[in-house]
Amino acid sequence: MRRREFLELPTKSMGGVLLYTLAQAQQTVRVPLRFFTTAEARVVAAACERIFPSAESGPGATEAGVVIYIDRQLAGPYGRDKYRYTKGPWVDSSPEHGYQGKATPKDIYREGIRLLGDLPALPEAEQDARLRAIEKTAFFQMLRRHTLEGMLCDPLHGGNREMIGWQLIGYPGPRMSYREEIGQNPGEAWRRKPVSLADMVGHPVTGWEEEKN
Amino acid sequence: MQRLKPVDVVIAGGGWVGLAMAKEIAGRTPLSVVVLERGPARRLKDYAAGMDEVDYVLRYRMMQNLAEETATHRHSAGQSAVPIRQYGSFNPGTGVGGAGEHWQGLAYRFLPDQFRLATVLREKHGRAKLPAELAVEDWAVTYEELEPFYWRAEQMMGVGGKAGNLRGQIVDGGNPFEGPRSHEYPNPPHKQTYLVNLFTKAARELGYHPFPSPAATLSQTYRNPDGITRSGCAYCGYCVRYGCMIGAKAQPTNTLLPLLVKRKNFTLRTGCSVRRVVHRDGRAQSVTYVDEVGAEVEQPARVVILASWTLNNSRLLMLSRIGDPYDPSTGKGTLGRNLTHQVGAATPIFLDRPLNGFMGAGGLGITLADFDGDFGLDPSFGILRGGHIRIASGGEAPISSFGRIPPGETEATWGSAWKKAALKWWDRSASITSEAEHLAYRQNYIDLDPNYTDKFGDPLARLTLDWTDHERRQAVMAEKVQETLAKAMGARAGKPARRVGTHYSVVEYQSSHVSGGATAGTSPETSVVNPWMQHWRMPNLWVIGASAFPQNSSGNPTMTILAMAYRAADALVDRYLKHPGALA
Repeated sequence: MRRREFLELPTKSMGGVLLYTLAQAQQTVRVPLRFFTTAEARVVAAACERIFPSAESGPGATEAGVVIYIDRQLAGPYGRDKYRYTKGPWVDSSPEHGYQGKATPKDIYREGIRLLGDLPALPEAEQDARLRAIEKTAFFQMLRRHTLEGMLCDPLHGGNREMIGWQLIGYPGPRMSYREEIGQNPGEAWRRKPVSLADMVGHPVTGWEEEKN
Repeated sequence: MQRLKPVDVVIAGGGWVGLAMAKEIAGRTPLSVVVLERGPARRLKDYAAGMDEVDYVLRYRMMQNLAEETATHRHSAGQSAVPIRQYGSFNPGTGVGGAGEHWQGLAYRFLPDQFRLATVLREKHGRAKLPAELAVEDWAVTYEELEPFYWRAEQMMGVGGKAGNLRGQIVDGGNPFEGPRSHEYPNPPHKQTYLVNLFTKAARELGYHPFPSPAATLSQTYRNPDGITRSGCAYCGYCVRYGCMIGAKAQPTNTLLPLLVKRKNFTLRTGCSVRRVVHRDGRAQSVTYVDEVGAEVEQPARVVILASWTLNNSRLLMLSRIGDPYDPSTGKGTLGRNLTHQVGAATPIFLDRPLNGFMGAGGLGITLADFDGDFGLDPSFGILRGGHIRIASGGEAPISSFGRIPPGETEATWGSAWKKAALKWWDRSASITSEAEHLAYRQNYIDLDPNYTDKFGDPLARLTLDWTDHERRQAVMAEKVQETLAKAMGARAGKPARRVGTHYSVVEYQSSHVSGGATAGTSPETSVVNPWMQHWRMPNLWVIGASAFPQNSSGNPTMTILAMAYRAADALVDRYLKHPGALA
């Protein structure tokens, strides 16, 4: 059993809900990590923030808690390739055959994080340069994809904290019915405060990442 | 191996075909019917809690577990194949209802001339002008023979649409190029959206004939001839790769299973993976399978029906050593020949106004068939057959739809400039897509892989498949039409998402409509099953599904598969059971 690792995240309270924040932390929350070490989580969080930054255009990866989403995905069946064909022989092939490597998403992250060094200590411009240098790697492609997932997933997966990503883009969450709305007011945006899947079905929903073994 | 008591009929696969055959046989006869499904049971209440993009769209939660079984692929004989290790170009389902649970619900019929394609091409172009490697065949059935069975399947599902050809009369607003229908659709088309209305208007202005895509997502509450009532679609947008949480999308579990569970002569066993058909002296004796706790079981039966996914029908025959494997170097053998997929093309479009693209239904959309079959094919395209051009409001999911940016805005794919542009265009972008016929060629086929095995140690199916210039030109033609339509809609067209590149790719999703391998035909020299889906050499073995298609058409194949299954069921119940033997 590995030592329990935690990530301390600065938070602030807004309208009665606790949000992750980049600045003006009122308090911190300690989030238990399932896969990353504390140091790894900090590197990943810094990289995600550069991929989907908090900026004038609105909140980003830090506020959404993207690193928590990624940590849970990697600790679950996806991270260990439970649903990928992993029998040999392992051979390199053409790009049309997709990823043929043996490394699992967990392996790819562990290796990739090492390439980033002490990313959080660098100024933003240097962080960007370091990420640009690895843009073509399988690790970066995966990190980019996962950042987007953690921004816009249902909050049941640990990202999209308080549905901040959905509010940012205007997605109203899973809803039972648009029977009255569909086709109405053509060309006008229909925007509502988002609901989560748990809100909609009225009970907590467990993601696939919670599956054991 | 545990040997069970014999039953009358055993069916491998609990999807559309397996349950439709079970319903016809168990409903019309006292025979005992056992369906073996390797995946889990599916329940309506799981589908509401399954409205989650990460697990269901990005992680393929309803699909076959590729760790246990996949297929391998190579571009040509002589190469060694590699496994399809993760999902990409097609998505086989698993569980009760199979891919029929997570399908889009597009319910097209095929064009009449598709069923006599070899003759049509020969007559039109002359044998000498056709590619030497073409392996296109006439089907074992005609459109006219299938028409009543299409109608039966449409009524069962409650398909909504607008007929364009009613008993030979061309009707405004429908597809004027379609084959004659005996009836108007059971239901009206879906409500339409801003996006599809823009497309319809543009298509009409260009002189095309747009029609509502036929949809198995109900446009209103509907009671089918079996007395099953389902509610109309709520346009929640969670269709493709999901099961429908209100049962509005026709699925085997909400149309067929409710009838079957009431029958005492019907048994469904889940978690059971069929591995072999045991046979002796030209008769199937039983199937062997591994059950949900891992025990090996033999189920004897008087009739064996293979109703598994396309590739698996062929693979089960190969593993069971039934029939002669196809050899592309000699052209001899029939099992595994005529492997086809479909030829997709998509052009992203960008509009000034928001679309509310998260509202929608799998079947909600507009199609035009002006370039389908050999209609409207300018000789400069250099192609024999075209396909559908479509747009849909199928329900955009936030992660999958985020990040579409028109050309010229930013080259970045991450960072603040990218984020800003992606935010601006989210919900202002869509895709015009097309699906073209895939012709059969001698070099494209299925056999068993010599190197890779499934979880039981059985060889995987190996696909030898590549594009030819014909498919590449089909994609170019589709992109040209898509660009014209985008302009007429007042939209900016993006760079086409080229799905047909230099070589066939298992990475990009194409469609889940892989076909062929155990084709139906009029001669045992060129096909595996006869026109009633009965194995030529084994009259008590029936092999049903898209595996029987000699080449693939432009529409989604579900209705054609079901029409062929219903026709097979009638032949089995009305004729075979009275006089078991080869049907003529």
